[in-house]
Amino acid sequence: MDYLVANFGAILFYVIAVITVAAAIGVVILRNPVHSAVSLLLTFFMVAVLFIMSRAEFLAAVQVLVYAGGIMVLYLFVIMLVRLTDLGPGTVFLSGAAPLAILGGVVLGCLIAVGILLGSMAAGDGGAAAMTAIEGQEVGNTEAVGWILFTKYLVPFEVVSVVLLVAMIGAIVFGRRDVALISKGEEVEP
Amino acid sequence: MISATHYVALSLILMCIGIVGVMVRRNFITVLMSLELMFNAVNLNLIAFSFRLGDLGGQVLAIFVITVAAAEAAIGLGLIIALVRLKDTVALEKADEMGG
Repeated sequence: MDYLVANFGAILFYVIAVITVAAAIGVVILRNPVHSAVSLLLTFFMVAVLFIMSRAEFLAAVQVLVYAGGIMVLYLFVIMLVRLTDLGPGTVFLSGAAPLAILGGVVLGCLIAVGILLGSMAAGDGGAAAMTAIEGQEVGNTEAVGWILFTKYLVPFEVVSVVLLVAMIGAIVFGRRDVALISKGEEVEP
Repeated sequence: MISATHYVALSLILMCIGIVGVMVRRNFITVLMSLELMFNAVNLNLIAFSFRLGDLGGQVLAIFVITVAAAEAAIGLGLIIALVRLKDTVALEKADEMGG
């Protein structure tokens, strides 16, 4: 029991990590896109827990709100919208190069793992205080992130808003009916 | 004690699963989900090092990554809608207009 209490953080990390990896594998190997989406949802929640364990409470909330709330609903909406009959039961849902791709992924993973093991990493939790402080003064994580976002990183913040505007215009253009029809060679009423 | 190496290893596994998912799936929607897995792996790395190095810049960068991921989801799902209108399918190998 003492061992469990002393190593609670490590045990929690390993449990969460195993669930995260299992859910991520589920995203790739499940045939039905809806099942993949639910598996992805589980991955998002587990990553949010890992954020909290790294003292990023605000990011964990954003992860749940934006990813699990916004993006997942968008995905499920599109899955419901399009017909998926051509990839239904009994058809091949992996591409022909799947064994080669899996081999390539494993080799790439081993290469990066060797790089990680050869390098030296920062250990411990030296930065815990900095996650909740504005210029040395103790506040909450959300307040600290907001402060640095609107002072030191104000210009990147404005640039990202332009990126969002461009993405919005692009999504509207792609979603227009006449774009697809013109590509198909059909006449379109203006 | 959990060190940054643990987080980087988990992030590596997630990233490789995402890469394999992008390569092996025929379904456009699932390919985009694998992309989201890769974005999450990057965020995990940023948060872990932000904590270890005591620099909030990593968390701010993770916010920007989440923003770009949301933009990518909007564009990608718009592309799916356009592909379904044009080809009546989400299978990626049917989109071969440019000779790919």
